[in-house]
Amino acid sequence: MSKPIIATASLAGCFGCHMSFLDIDERILDLVELVHWGKSPINDIKTFQQDCDIALIEGGCCNDEHIHTLREFRKHCRVLVAVGECAIMGGLPAMRNNIPIKECLEEAYLNSPSTSDANPDRILPNDEELPMLLDKVYPCHEIVKMDYFLPGCPPRADLIYGALTALVTGQEAELPYEVIKFD
Amino acid sequence: MSEDMNGGMDNTLTDPLSSTNLMSLTIDGQEIQAEKGQTIVQAAQKNGIYIPTLCALHADKESGLKHDLAPGTCRICTVKANGRTTAACTTPISQGLVVENDTPELNDLRKTIVELLFVEGNHFCPSCEKSGSCDLQALAYRYQMLTPRFHYAFTPRKVNADMPKLLWDGNRCILCRRCVLAIRTEEGEPLFVFANRGDKSTITVDTELIQDISEELAQQAMDICPVGAIIRKGKGFDTPFGQRKYDHSPIGSDTACSSGENKAGGEKS
Repeated sequence: MSKPIIATASLAGCFGCHMSFLDIDERILDLVELVHWGKSPINDIKTFQQDCDIALIEGGCCNDEHIHTLREFRKHCRVLVAVGECAIMGGLPAMRNNIPIKECLEEAYLNSPSTSDANPDRILPNDEELPMLLDKVYPCHEIVKMDYFLPGCPPRADLIYGALTALVTGQEAELPYEVIKFD
Repeated sequence: MSEDMNGGMDNTLTDPLSSTNLMSLTIDGQEIQAEKGQTIVQAAQKNGIYIPTLCALHADKESGLKHDLAPGTCRICTVKANGRTTAACTTPISQGLVVENDTPELNDLRKTIVELLFVEGNHFCPSCEKSGSCDLQALAYRYQMLTPRFHYAFTPRKVNADMPKLLWDGNRCILCRRCVLAIRTEEGEPLFVFANRGDKSTITVDTELIQDISEELAQQAMDICPVGAIIRKGKGFDTPFGQRKYDHSPIGSDTACSSGENKAGGEKS
């Protein structure tokens, strides 16, 4: 049987979950024995070369590009894992969900102390290359079906490693009390 | 309703043969004795059996309360008493009562309640000063909630930062009523009250009385809140990770009795 292929993506997140993943330290060598790497910011492969078995998704969806990426992952990956607070509930970006999007943009680009002088023409970013912002920040499971959830901000490296090796080897994940934390 | 409930319950059955005020009952098959008039939660606490609570609170040194609180608002303490589902904090014990507490069915029900509380408010644990010492979060750990199975409501909630010593964050409030019952002036006037009804229920603060509360009362208000809805200003994240209340052992570990199953999956700590 060929090795399973792992892909990863960061949507509206801070890359902290990927950093935490790298915190598995030398155990990454054990993992390399078990898996192949597909599309991921870790190896900088930008498109799907082939379908993957397991995908780790960090971050929620706050613009249309995130939605597109997430749907691509659902199409090309067998098991989607929501990693971290942002992927599971929107996290820090979702704190804007109760503020109208117009107010958010005006605060960021027109009214804040650091931008009011730097933006004399009072322009809101409007280049067509830019992804469109959504009305709210959505957790991943509200866009596509997610299969597993690893909570934390970021999830402990031991949690990611334990869950990932369990998924790869088909065993039950051992998740002791200390590794499941929401912060 | 709360303090009076515990004192004024005379409708409980007494054992005619018993000359004392003690009653026998069983919780999860373990026979215990407790005083007439106590609730199931009080009887369990006295005997070292853990029943989870978010609104009920025992009067002890840690809570600083003179009377036990039992508002019956959160229902996390739901047990089966003689086969009937009921809130353990508002149900008085009776002679020969058979209580089911730590069963897979009830624990799943409690997990569901925790999940509903998580999706109904906006509980951003990483940005909350109470994280690590929060009872709601600790219950989620105890019942091994990886994610709520319901969609988040992202309910718009108010934040009151106008008070001199306290900050009240409606995003985290679970309407447990502890602050309403327990935090009062020396004359007994409440500082926090319920306003509105149904899904518009909220806590409002007496803006005049709150102006000159003591440091002790402010600290008690923060301590008594089971979540991070009441936070002392100027305090911030003052306990390092690894030293917070629920960093090493699950909520209830200190009271849980000998039964191995009585404790959560986090027993390995």
